[in-house]
Parts: sequence; C-alpha cells; structure tokens
Amino acid sequence: MHLSRAARTTLRVVTAVVLAFVYVPLLVVVINSFNPARVAVWPPEGFTTEWWGRAWDNAGARAALLTSVKAAVGATLVALVLGTLLSFAVQRHRFFGRETLSLLVVLPIALPGIVTGIALQSAFRFLGVPLSLWTIVVGHATFCIVVVFNNTLARLRRMTRSLEEASMDLGADGIQTFRLVTFPTLRSALLAGALLAFALSFDEIIVTTFTAGAGDQTLPLWIFTNLTRPNQAPIVNVVAVLLVLISVIPIWFAQRLSEGAVRGAGAAAR
Amino acid sequence: MSAQGALRPLTRALWRRPRLKLALLLSAPVGWLVIAYLGSLAVLLASAFWSTDSFTGTIVRQPTTDNFTALLRGEVYRAITLRTVGLAAAVTVVDVVLGFPVAFFMAKVARRRWRPLLLAAVLTPLWASYLVKAFAWRIMVGSGGVLDWALEPLGLHGPGFGLTAVWLVLSYLWLPYMVLPIFAGLDRLPDSLLEASSDLGAHALRTFRSVVLPLALPAVVAGSIFTFSLTLGDFVAVNIVGGKTQMIGNVIYANVGAANNLPFAAALACVPVVIMVVYLLAARRAGALERL
Amino acid sequence: MRPRTRARLLPLAVALALVVAAGCGSDEPSSSGTAAPQGFTPPEVPMLQSLGAGEGKVNLVAWAGYVEDGSTDKSVDWVTPFEKETGCQVNAKVAATSDEMVQLMKSGQYDAVSASGDASLRLIAGGDVAPVNTDLVKNYADVFDALKLKPWNSVNGKAYGIPHGRGANLLMWRTDVVKPAPDSWGVVFDPSSPYKGKVTAYDSPIYIADAALYLKSAKPELGITNPYELDDKQFQASVDLLKQQASLVGEYWGDYSKAAQAIKSGSTVLGTSWQYIVNLAEADKAPVGSTLPKEGSTGWSDTWMVSSKAANPNCAYMWMNHIISPKANAQVAEWFGEAPANRKSCQETSDKQFCTTYHAEDESYFDKVAYWTTPIKQCGDDRGSVCKDYSEWTTAWTEIKG
Repeated sequence: MHLSRAARTTLRVVTAVVLAFVYVPLLVVVINSFNPARVAVWPPEGFTTEWWGRAWDNAGARAALLTSVKAAVGATLVALVLGTLLSFAVQRHRFFGRETLSLLVVLPIALPGIVTGIALQSAFRFLGVPLSLWTIVVGHATFCIVVVFNNTLARLRRMTRSLEEASMDLGADGIQTFRLVTFPTLRSALLAGALLAFALSFDEIIVTTFTAGAGDQTLPLWIFTNLTRPNQAPIVNVVAVLLVLISVIPIWFAQRLSEGAVRGAGAAAR
Repeated sequence: MSAQGALRPLTRALWRRPRLKLALLLSAPVGWLVIAYLGSLAVLLASAFWSTDSFTGTIVRQPTTDNFTALLRGEVYRAITLRTVGLAAAVTVVDVVLGFPVAFFMAKVARRRWRPLLLAAVLTPLWASYLVKAFAWRIMVGSGGVLDWALEPLGLHGPGFGLTAVWLVLSYLWLPYMVLPIFAGLDRLPDSLLEASSDLGAHALRTFRSVVLPLALPAVVAGSIFTFSLTLGDFVAVNIVGGKTQMIGNVIYANVGAANNLPFAAALACVPVVIMVVYLLAARRAGALERL
Repeated sequence: MRPRTRARLLPLAVALALVVAAGCGSDEPSSSGTAAPQGFTPPEVPMLQSLGAGEGKVNLVAWAGYVEDGSTDKSVDWVTPFEKETGCQVNAKVAATSDEMVQLMKSGQYDAVSASGDASLRLIAGGDVAPVNTDLVKNYADVFDALKLKPWNSVNGKAYGIPHGRGANLLMWRTDVVKPAPDSWGVVFDPSSPYKGKVTAYDSPIYIADAALYLKSAKPELGITNPYELDDKQFQASVDLLKQQASLVGEYWGDYSKAAQAIKSGSTVLGTSWQYIVNLAEADKAPVGSTLPKEGSTGWSDTWMVSSKAANPNCAYMWMNHIISPKANAQVAEWFGEAPANRKSCQETSDKQFCTTYHAEDESYFDKVAYWTTPIKQCGDDRGSVCKDYSEWTTAWTEIKG
C-alpha cells in the first residue's frame, strides 16, 4: 500500500503517543517503588531503596509466586490437553453441534469473570468440594482452553492431511504418524497457546477470588491483600516492576515463535 | 517398539471407526465444558430462583421469582445496567480508535525488523498486575495527582474519581486486547491485495475504506468482545478509581459478599450473561470468533 | 433414538438434572431460629468442653488492625509472640464490613472472627458460630462486666464470644481545608456544603443508622429513639437524607486504606472515619482532625467468636485468650484506637491516659454510642413488627448509591 509520507509520519506519531500513554502509569509504579511514604500520593516524598531490599526477603510474596506458578502450570497443562483434543475434533470431523461447540468454548472467556467466578463457587459449595489450589486450577483451565484451541485450530487448518496420509502409506501407524509428522508441525502453535494460557492464568484475579481457599494465595491475591496495607503497598510496587522485567523473557521467546505466536496472539491474555 | 506394536490394533481400529475416534476426542473437553462449566452456570441460574433468610443469611431453597421481579422493577438496576453497557461501548470505541492505527502501523507500515519490538512493547504491560496498574491510576487521577499536575498550566484539573476516570482507566487496561487481534487480522491481509487495489487506481484512503476495513472488521469485532465483556463485568477498577460509581459488577459483588444474598446476585448475573450471549451471536455472524 | 439426537440431548439432560438436584437437595443446616432475638432459639451447636493441644494453625477473619504481625509497622506485633508461645501459625483475612464477615464465616473455612454487633447475632442465628466455654479462656475473668453477656454476644445467658474492645465512629476532616473545626454531623449532610464532591462515607447499609442518628436530634418530630429500629416513615426520611448526601460524596470507603489515602491526598476532606484511619494519616504527617460529634455516633463493640465448623478450635481458643490478655489487648486497643476489654490493660498501655481518653471505664460515654446491631422487623417497643429489616436496608443502600 502506498501511503504518503505525511500519512506514514502521522501513524508513527500516533503509535508513539499511544505507547507513551501505555507506559506512563507503569512509570508511576516504578517511581512509587522508591517512594518512602507508606500511604502513596503524588508527588513522591523522597527516594528510598528500602522497599527493594525488603521485597527480596518477603516470604509472603515468594509463597504467593510459587502458588501462582503452580496454578498456572496446572491450568496450562489441562488447557493444552483439552484444547488440542477439541481442535482435532472440530477441524477433522463434521458433527452436529460443531458450531455450538465453538461458541461454547469461547463462553468462559467471553462471559464476565465475576459470573464464571460465582458460578464455580456455588457449584463447588453445592458439591461440597473444599476450595483449594485444585479449584483454582479448574477455574483457570476453563477459560484457558479457548486460547489453546484457537491456536491449534489455526495451525490445523493450514496443515494438509496429505503429509499424514503419505506417512501412513509408507507404513507408519497412527501413533508414529502423530509423533513424527503431526506433532512437530503443531509444536510451535501449542507452545504459543501454552504461553498465552500461562499469562492468562498468572494475572487472573476475579475468578481466583471466588475459587481460592482460605489459605491459598496466588500472586494477584497477595497483591490485592497487600496493596491495602501501608508498609506493604510499596513492596507490591516493587514486585510488579520485577514481574514486568522478568516477563521480557517469555515475551521474547513468544516472538521467536513468530507466525504461530502472531496468529494466536489475537486470543490475548485476560 | 513393542508398546507401539501393542497399540497398533487400537489405532487401526480408530482409523476405521471415525465416529468412535470423534467420541473419544470429544469426551474430555465436552465433559469439562458442559458438565463443569455449563453445569455450574446451571446451578447459578437455579439459585437465582431461591431466596435468603434476611436474618441468618441461610439460603432458602423454595423456588420464587422475587429476585427477578425486584430486578426488573427496580429503577436503580435499569440505570446501572444502562450505565455499564454505555461505558462498555465507550471503552470499546476508544480502544478501536487508539488501537487500530497502532495495529495498522505494526502490521503494514513499520519495517519488519521493528515488529517483534513493537509487539513486545504492546504485550509487556499485560504482565504488570492489573491491580497495580489500577492503583497507579488512582494516584494519577486523584486530587493533586499526575493528571492534575499536568493539566494545571492549562488551567484545568483532572477528572477525579468517577465515571470519566473509570472510562479512562478501563480503556487503558484493555487496549492490548484490542491491538493484538487487529494486528493478527491485518497481518493476515496479503500485501498483494493492497498492491492490486492501488494498481487498479485507488488511492490510499479508498483502498483503506474498501479493502482493509471490510477484511479487518472480524478482527475488530473479535477485539471488541474482550473490551466489551471485560468492562461489563468489572468491579475492581471501578472500586479503585470510580469514587461512588456503581456498575453491574459492583452490585453483583456486593450481593455475593457484603449482602450475602447469592440468589439475588445470581439473578443480577443473568443480565451480563444475556447481553454477552447476544453480543457473541452477533459476533459469530461477523466471523469474529475465528479471529480471537 | 438416533445417535445424533441422543448426543444432542445428553448435555441438556445433564444440565437439567443438575438444576433439579440443586433444587431438591439441602445441605444447609435448617435454621430453627426466627428473626427475633427476643425468645429466638439459636440452633444447637456443641460447645468445646476441654482445651486440647494446638493444631498448628488458626484461620481468622478480623477487622483491619486487629491482627498485626509486624508487617504494617515493625513495632506493632502481637501475633509473633502468640505463634512462638502456642505454635499456632496465624492466617488472618481482613474483612471490610460486617456483611463480608458473615459471608466468610458461612464458608466454614475460618476458625474465629472478630464480629461486631451487626454480625454476631446473624452468625449465632445461622448456626455459624458455637457458644464459647468461657472457663477455657483464663483472661475472661478480667474483662469489664459491662461487656459480658450482652444482647449482642449472648443468647439466653449463654456466652457466644469473648469481648475484644469497643469504640465509636468519628467525624474526620482536613484541618487545612475545613474551617472552623466541625462538631456536628450536619456538615456531611449539608446540601449547600462547600465541600461538595469531597465528602466520604462508610460503604455499608449500616451507614443508614448514621443518618437516622443525625435525624434523631435534627428532626425530633420523627421520634427516632434507636437508629437501628426504624419504621417506614423514619426509614424513608433517613434514606432520603442519604440520597441527598450522595451528591456531596466523592467516595464511599469500605477499605480503610482507601479512606486514609483519600484524606491524605485531599481527594476527600470530610467524613466518617475510624481512629485507626486518623492515626495512619497523622503518622504520615497529614493535617487531620477528628471528633465525636455532639449528636453522638454509631460505633461497635466487637466480640471474638468461634466457628461452628472450626478446623482448629484449640488454637482458636488460645488466640482468643491471647488477644484479651492485658498486654496484647492494650497493644491492639492503642494501635486501633478503641477502648480495651480487659481492665488490666489500662496499666499496660504506653500512654497512661489511654483508658481515660477512650472512656474505657466510662459507661455514660458509651451510652451515647449506638453500637452496630442487625436491624430486624421486631421494633422491640410498642410499635410491634413494623421496622425495616437488614435486607431492606441492603436494597435501599444500592438505591442510595445510584
């Protein structure tokens, strides 16, 4: 498309402005992590690295981080399995209810989190299931399925079956074909989906509020409890900054998966 | 090899019986989605027909339509619903206006080399916790905050806590969820189509209007599903920067927690569910569900 | 039936079955209690007979500032000594309102709660808390008699909790903005207030009682005697006052830290508060003043109660005994800003005037404080059963906020 120089420059400027808008609040977070005041207001009252020091020692944050990772890993695994199974079924077979199923799989992520949250909580209470890490995983997995599903579906659509058929003509059975032909092609899509599902689960707070037990704290729950405690609030800011810095790694990794990541990036994290 | 050999008859049987294979593939995910998810929604819907003993807070399982009657009759619930839907629409519009140029720039204008960097730049804020970002906005929007300080030389002041602040903050929070699907959709648009269009004599604006927009529409609708639904159910950010603003999410949350009236909260929850289902059906028509 | 149709109907059948099962099953304890404290019979819940060994942990629901382990302020910690002494690791969930406390206790996941009067009777009637065996709590003997076996913490002479402390809600303001210093609740209800948009109020239906309390003096013709026993006319007047106040309010606070941050930054300059919030703002050098207005105020008298489903009852009893021990009770009372429950605490406070300032032994002061109580239909006087109950307060509250 041939755009005039003016148009290109405008677009460049608009993008820069929007990105600046996106990063200014993050800058405020960084500034506040050095703010000595316990009740944070603007402008910051000074400079201190006390919070950064205390954040390393904070056992609560570390425990919450571990719980979050465990929940995210669990949810991602479940979503990977269920999402892949479903995408194979939808892509390679015709059956009644296929359209409805595509709608159904989107529902957990499209319906407001609070509805999913209270529905799951009342169901658990009704069944007498105590809230724990497992119920968190169930909640997260439910809305992560669609992320994996979309990624694998897109990849399956682009795959021709001729390769698999050729493999079987050459004597491989179903399992060998899957292992040596299908799976390698799917791998990057699965990885992209897994990364997004992980991110989704990691920052989720609304459904988690309703499905977590009394003693379970994921990182967002820890942040929620501590943002309202003076003396802890600045530590939360430190944790947030650290998370952003560390997240560069998985994001960069996701970029490396180029096409697969870009296509599936549309089902971006909640 | 022997394990594989043992499974061979099984895989052969599955190959010959596609229906069985389909049933096996579907059983786990459908079981999960239908029994676990739809089932819990059903339990929630059932509880909307119960009531709570006002003194002890125990749920009384006698079916009654009182909750729905109160919901439909109460003027305040209508007002809150309209406010929430209006806000969701406003947030979606802002995000499309801000997000489309960015996505277009990333997909079609920027050099290929810059793309991973731009994508990373858009994705990184997603990893900063939602709560932390909302609280940062509370400081920015509050009295004497960053916005007040920035607008002072112009003689204006920031919006303070309220509906405008909520609009601003929610548009901010959901922006990446709009940019990414549109970017994916535009990226899928072959450059050759655009070249062909200009070869046929259309200038940039015409190409944009007649080629880009129609093809990008499903992606835009896909992005709007997120911004609309996330705004519709939000109660956390509203609580942090909204001052005394009430949205559907707040009333549901207050009724589940503070008021300990799950049946009424369940009745209230039907409102965003119905709205979203209608929205999803419309989006499906536009082909957006494949662009998520 | 053709396979396809069967497949189509199966999920529907499952969903229907669940709905029907949900409707028929009942695993909630049926409440034999009716909605009246007079002569109301709480459900039978067994009382702990003897104290065994600690279970290693205890889950508490508490007001902010009641369970401090040094993370808010290094020098403010009465949890760590308890954990060292008993081996019970404390896990505390801070609740913003009494309603939230009732809901959390209903989940059965917590062992003890610091309930105010508007939660305690609901918990008792719902069978969510057990009677407390005061013989197992050594420090109970030293609690002020005025707090023992009161209508909000006992039924038919049976104690359901251990008193924690009591205090009043205060009027707080920015001394550099609000002049002269106010002495009446009228300033937050004044329709022509110069502080429009910067007033704050407590975000709970119980706040309606504050409006009623103001109207008790401001409109004596309404005949309000008890702000929790409001008949239709009195209730409507209070609700109307609050609807009018809503245009003045910038933010309703449920979270004490939001209130502290708002008053410190100047987003709000006037409104209802707790001494704890005032202390926090003052510690951060914000120019804040507070007072108990001349009309009196609403307040609370908190009781520690044990869950009927407590997984760690021994640790729960040990906690209750610890929190009302002279030293710990003095610490929490001073930190939060309320009158202690243990008379021996008055010697343990760092400020020797503390008990006098907080009127710990002054019953006539607390006569001016209307403790949070659950409103019920029975008015408790010759009007009969025409008063508004809490569910009506809750519905009205949503309408007030708009």
